[in-house]
Amino acid sequence: MAETSLASVAALSLLVSGTATLLAALVGVPAGAWLGSRGFRGRRVLQTLLHSLYGLPPVLLGLLLYLSLSRTGPLGSLRWLYTVQGMVLAQFLLILPFVLGLTWNAVASVDPGVRDTARTLGAHGRTFLATLVREARLGVLGAVMVGFGRAVSEVGAVIIVGGNIQGETEVLTTSIVKYTGRGDFAIAVGLGLILLAISLTIFAALTLLQGGDSK
Amino acid sequence: MTPGSLSCAGVAKTLGGRRVLDGVSIEVHSGEVHALLGPSGAGKTTLLRILNMLEAPDEGTVTFNTDAIALSGPNARLTPVQSEARLKMALVPQKPIAFRTTVFENAAFGLRVRGVPKEEVPDRVRPALEKLGIAALADRPAHRLSGGETQRLAFARATVLPLEFLLLDEFTANLDPPNVKALEQAAGESAHERGLGVLFVTHDLFQARRIADRVSLLVDGRIVESAPKAEFFEAPQHARAKAFVAGELSV
Repeated sequence: MAETSLASVAALSLLVSGTATLLAALVGVPAGAWLGSRGFRGRRVLQTLLHSLYGLPPVLLGLLLYLSLSRTGPLGSLRWLYTVQGMVLAQFLLILPFVLGLTWNAVASVDPGVRDTARTLGAHGRTFLATLVREARLGVLGAVMVGFGRAVSEVGAVIIVGGNIQGETEVLTTSIVKYTGRGDFAIAVGLGLILLAISLTIFAALTLLQGGDSK
Repeated sequence: MTPGSLSCAGVAKTLGGRRVLDGVSIEVHSGEVHALLGPSGAGKTTLLRILNMLEAPDEGTVTFNTDAIALSGPNARLTPVQSEARLKMALVPQKPIAFRTTVFENAAFGLRVRGVPKEEVPDRVRPALEKLGIAALADRPAHRLSGGETQRLAFARATVLPLEFLLLDEFTANLDPPNVKALEQAAGESAHERGLGVLFVTHDLFQARRIADRVSLLVDGRIVESAPKAEFFEAPQHARAKAFVAGELSV
């Protein structure tokens, strides 16, 4: 595997998983915070549904997205099959339940005294939610980390939706599958180590951030 | 009902199967320090929370100046009238919470929520911190303060705001005598110099004597006596109040 193409595969992995995580955070954190900030009828049912999505097999999600993004599918007009956008969508849908659900739990666990204090000082609406997210930021950051970890290590959905096209939609995980299939185990293991190194670096940085913040 | 008052009438509340408040009526006027005395479990804290719209009464009304503001249910969204009233009062709880940010940012929280211009915030926060002896801690993480420091911070955080009413729940519970004096003085100034209505809950009979203008006694979920301080201590009318003043009813 040429060095340039290895770099581009690694970069595409980061781009796809990073974008999916960013989008999941933009949607999942506010939504999770909103749900965690209040009690409402049907909360248990919604939580159970969300938790059941934690176990959604990526390959099944990939298949459903493949059918949806195919020319005759409901999202066919997007022409996102075998594209980076399609892969981002797949990972976004895969990790959104994690980011949303774990943020919900983190915000719901904020000391009731914090909520009362914020309210009595006049916080409401967005300022109230922002206060809860700030107080639960270690848990919220953990939710985003779990989302990124799930995205960057995922293979089933992106290989179906992206097609693993060399130079276009090939990412580290799908590349490992390709080289393993060819019997090029040394390259596959090397790619695996690179993936591991990227994950460890990002997680170490985020964990340091969490640790520093908790002092 | 007079302008410049926070009041409730006929407020009842049942918690855990126990009737904590049973038809309570009380009125706090602007410029007045009002002490609410009562034994543990008498419902004093619950009453403050109902007045501050943190809890809904089962029965009764709460009136801010001329507006009805009682919360309609446990998860009820505040109406515009209630939101406006909320911005004009603050509750300092018995066990105050510090947000996970600096002491300064904690004290500035309510000002930022109210959209006070950024450049004005230090001019309001610094004097309040200095007055309560915590200005040197301004840049420290607030969640690492001692209980007494947190209590002073909570008081400063409330009193920097442009309020009409201040509700204090055992606001000197964790403090040493010099700081008790500083906070009592600040509570008095809030009422007599700034014109706020101050309602404070206390177990300390002597504290009520020191700083209150008016005293109400809450026993078994009912206000049994409410009178100007001198009258309350010198000529109580109700048998429970007489027993209390004579030291025969434990608070």
